[in-house]
Amino acid sequence: MTFDVINEETAIDVRGVGKSFSNGDQSTLVLRGVDFSVRRGEVMFIVGPSGCGKTTLLSILCGTLRADHGEVHALGMPLHAIPQPEVTQFRSKNVGFIFQQFNLLPTLTAAENVAVPLLIQGVPLAEAVKRASRMLASVGISEKSGERPNRLSGGQQQRVAIARALVHEPPIVVCDEPTSALDSASGHQIMKLLSEVARDASRSVIVVSHDPRIYGYADRIAEMEDGRILRVGESRHHVLN
Amino acid sequence: MYEIGLRMLFGERAKYAMLVSGVCFATILMTQGLALFFGILGFSYATATNIRAPIWVVDPMVQQVGDNQPLRDTDVDRVRSVPGVAWAAPLFVGGAQAKLLGGGATQPVTLIGLDTSTLAGAPTRIIKGDILDLRTGQGVIVDARFIEMMQQTRGERLAVGDVFEMNDRRAQIVGIASVAQGMGGATYVFTTFDRAKDYVPSQRKMMTHVLVAASEGVAVPPVLAAIKAQTGLQALTEAQFKRMSANWMLRNSPIPYVVGLIVGIGFVIGLGVSGQTFYTFVLENSRHLGALKAMGASDLKITLMIVTQAAIVGFVGFGIGVGVMSLFFSILPEGRAPLILLWQIPLIVFAAITLICMAAAVVSVWRVSKIEPAIVFRG
Ligand SMILES: Nc1ncnc2c1ncn2[C@@H]1O[C@H](COP(=O)(O)OP(=O)(O)O)[C@@H](O)[C@H]1O
Ligand SMILES: [Mg+2]
Repeated sequence: MTFDVINEETAIDVRGVGKSFSNGDQSTLVLRGVDFSVRRGEVMFIVGPSGCGKTTLLSILCGTLRADHGEVHALGMPLHAIPQPEVTQFRSKNVGFIFQQFNLLPTLTAAENVAVPLLIQGVPLAEAVKRASRMLASVGISEKSGERPNRLSGGQQQRVAIARALVHEPPIVVCDEPTSALDSASGHQIMKLLSEVARDASRSVIVVSHDPRIYGYADRIAEMEDGRILRVGESRHHVLN
Repeated sequence: MYEIGLRMLFGERAKYAMLVSGVCFATILMTQGLALFFGILGFSYATATNIRAPIWVVDPMVQQVGDNQPLRDTDVDRVRSVPGVAWAAPLFVGGAQAKLLGGGATQPVTLIGLDTSTLAGAPTRIIKGDILDLRTGQGVIVDARFIEMMQQTRGERLAVGDVFEMNDRRAQIVGIASVAQGMGGATYVFTTFDRAKDYVPSQRKMMTHVLVAASEGVAVPPVLAAIKAQTGLQALTEAQFKRMSANWMLRNSPIPYVVGLIVGIGFVIGLGVSGQTFYTFVLENSRHLGALKAMGASDLKITLMIVTQAAIVGFVGFGIGVGVMSLFFSILPEGRAPLILLWQIPLIVFAAITLICMAAAVVSVWRVSKIEPAIVFRG
């Protein structure tokens, strides 16, 4: 039993989380008792070999997936215990998402895509698009706001995705392999942008990656292997190793 | 949120067009099937439409408008003596053979003999001539179709004043009426009750119907009952007569099967093609719907979005389909095709389309409810 106090500094706290997936009669244990926490204001990386459970852990700590057992507290909310509709509402208010495949809606313009989290919260279209346009300006592609995603490069699409993740000013931003669909130069630009615009004293940014070239953007790094956190350390150690 | 659904739907033009055209096609098929249904029923009781009478008295065995069972000549007086009857007039309806003078093929006609003194039940839409000329010499009134039919036999186009024969007796056209077309292609020839005898092979009893009106201010049902009680005959309002006839057709003709097939195919196409296309449309968007779920869109909002999409597809497809059909019906020559676009038909079709769209939406919503928001993290 650990005695980590959930205090002002802790945004997300994961205790003893286990998760397995069953495929037919075969069941794979993916997370084997994970203890883990993320502080406010930090950029936290979760790294490790492919298939070790990073995405699964990320899904559980932001509430898109339920753990089989263990506890998940996010911003003081017991995500493991509250009913699904409340978890959904929690995500709409508190979580910004950046996906590996960008996941922009192809029939919406860049500005409309950025407006989606606001529309989900019930903000009227005109106001949502106005705020979205401001957000697009702050990621440096305001001139693309009327374009559809298929007219944008991968780097530009990921900028739109970053704007979408931040437009509703969520205290938690989760990113799954944000650079893996990009070339190395765009990847660095995206990480640079992300650490500039997303970093905020009250916001936690959690990045899943297995791309060592971007580990330098982390404040702390959690190393995973085979469904467990091996260790959590300051990023400097990694860069040096 | 629903704006996102609209963008999803309208954003992919080709798919949207496919969805709408499926519904449109189903609308057209069902509308045309139902119009055919009512059209054929209308044809089957055309005689009761063309002869205007509030109450029809017929032989008790008669089950449909086309069944012309002879009555006794005295029956008209017996009906007249029933309290509440304002007037009663004899009517002859029967088949005759028309042919041009000097030979040629004969054409079957429905011969109508109207009460000689009152002309009760006479057609109301006379295109040419005067109904009163029926009383002169050999005068008959024919319908517009009759002119066409006779032209087919020898290429001559008859006009008012021309003469033809029935049962070797001359008949002179004194007018042309516009009437509803009957089953089997026979056209209508109107004459007087007295002269009708000449135009058909001799038969003992001529009267087939008694046309009746109830006195003003008298309720109709008791009059019907009184006629029945006093004469033993069947007395029906025009609507009852038609309904009885329609019911007989439904029981005894292949129409329900033919029409049922058309309407059924329309419904199945609607459900199968449109429903299936819509479901596929939603499935193809499941990744995006998953992303929306992950970002916190509730199941209710997603459901409303999908229902809105289905409703729009339904409305637009139905609207275009009904529009196309109204246009089609407006250019059809009046009364020639057994198609009647009753105002009820679009309502029935609308209900069917609504059913189809809601079924598609429900299945799609159910499928989307199975999407885990976590799938958005999967490659
Ligand atoms: N929905 C699922 N159903 C079955 N197996 C899954 C599912 N999601 C993940 N897995 C399995 O769990 C393991 C960990 O997956 P994941 O968390 O995506 O790893 P990582 O992100 O570190 O590559 C993998 O073996 C993967 O195949
Ligand atoms: Mg992963």
